[in-house]
Amino acid sequence: MIYFNNVSKIYKDSVALDDVTLTVASGEFVSIVGHSGAGKTTFTKMILADENPSAGTVFFESINVHKLKNKELTKLRQRIGVVFQDFKLLSNKTAYENIAFAMEAVGKTDEEIASDVPHVLELVDLSNRIFHFPNQMSGGEQQRLAIARAIINQPELIIADEPTGNLDPINTHEIVQILKKINDLGTTVILTTHNRGVIDSVGKRVITMEHGKIVRDSKDGKYVI
Amino acid sequence: MTTVFKRIIKAGFVNFKRGGLISAAAVLVVTITLSVITALILLQAVLYFSLNAIKDKVDVTIYFTVGAPESQIMVLKSSLLKLPEVAEVSYTDSEEALRLFRARHQSDYPTIAALDEIGSNPLGAYINVKAKEVSQYESIANFMKSDNALVLGASSIIDKVNYHQNKLVIDRLNAIISGAQKLGFLITLLLIIISIIITFNTIRLTIFVAKEEIGVMRLVGASKMRVRGPFMIEGAIYGIIATIVTLILFWPATAWLGRNMTDFLGLNIYDYYLSNFFKIFAIVLLSGIILGTISSFLAVRKYLNK
Repeated sequence: MIYFNNVSKIYKDSVALDDVTLTVASGEFVSIVGHSGAGKTTFTKMILADENPSAGTVFFESINVHKLKNKELTKLRQRIGVVFQDFKLLSNKTAYENIAFAMEAVGKTDEEIASDVPHVLELVDLSNRIFHFPNQMSGGEQQRLAIARAIINQPELIIADEPTGNLDPINTHEIVQILKKINDLGTTVILTTHNRGVIDSVGKRVITMEHGKIVRDSKDGKYVI
Repeated sequence: MTTVFKRIIKAGFVNFKRGGLISAAAVLVVTITLSVITALILLQAVLYFSLNAIKDKVDVTIYFTVGAPESQIMVLKSSLLKLPEVAEVSYTDSEEALRLFRARHQSDYPTIAALDEIGSNPLGAYINVKAKEVSQYESIANFMKSDNALVLGASSIIDKVNYHQNKLVIDRLNAIISGAQKLGFLITLLLIIISIIITFNTIRLTIFVAKEEIGVMRLVGASKMRVRGPFMIEGAIYGIIATIVTLILFWPATAWLGRNMTDFLGLNIYDYYLSNFFKIFAIVLLSGIILGTISSFLAVRKYLNK
């Protein structure tokens, strides 16, 4: 599904990705681990074409994501759900509106929005927060809302960039369980983290990055740095 | 498409409402800009009114020789009226000229006595010419001086044309009027540019607050128009509300000016404001909406790279 071909990203004074080549198959749950600055976030930004590579190519199925025009890029992003460490919710919109916005972006009708949003909020246990603004919710609730927004359009891929970074162990566990459930339903998940507990509880493929390079790619789901 | 448009408009209104103090600050700045524009419209009206009043005082008089046949003067008058530069021509015959002269000098006994001594009417008829523009008097005067094809022998009945006596005053006035118009235009342009820059930067600041959210909207798959649209609607709302506030504020302000400054300005600003209200409203509203939407469009564009 995703193919990185000798991808490098060099900023003025640092190398974020250094000749990365890897493949992620459809339906996989891939965890990317590494210290801060190892290149995990740059890796996810490459898939979303939020950053351009200094060298190499990134493919989403057969599409070279960095060759896409604006409209095509919008379409591609509609096939990917994204969850961030700092949630990146729309602060002046309620929980309902945050999810409705993602549905409106893909052209869903008002009727579909009205029927699907309460359902997905129920899935992430936020039914009682439907008309709350993000700043009226806890960190765990905000992250669950971000996941609800990411999955609402049934994307083919979920990118979760340090989704548990700001959460306590209980909320971390809940988020990981939700991501596992999403993966069980057939959605590919790419999770970046430096939380050992998360990796060990997922028990799936783990890619370790150091200074922008892939130093380990193991199927056994163990956190080793 | 209609649904998308409806959602964009709704989002614009909701964002404006939830913007709170930021929206209020933006409306305030747009109000200041629109007030500058309204004030400039009124100042231009005062300037043009004053200039027109001065222009109206300028004319050229053609004095005819005593006994010049009226039929020939009338031919000349009608040929003058055909000139594109001429706005108005008035004829005063020699009898009327004498009556006016006597009225003007009624308290000047020696002059009246001298006039009585002569017995006959020593004054010729004259016609008074008003040009459309002050700068056009010279060509009218030259037309009169020449024995032109329209009125054969006209120069023989003309005693004098007072343009050449007034030339210096007319030229100076012409320079002042054109200078005042140019200066007025430049000051207007400068103030409008400054106001636009201030408004643009304020709106840019309000959008800067949402910079990160613009990126998030793009990442969740929203099209550029879907992201940009609500901000542009919000900008238009700033413009509409600021227009209403500005026009309400100018109501008592012009009323006060009308009551107290009409003698000084020469024009009743309040009357002018009321009689031109819809024109001013249209100009201010259009300026407000264009200013708001274009500022928002440009400000969002900066964060919409991808």
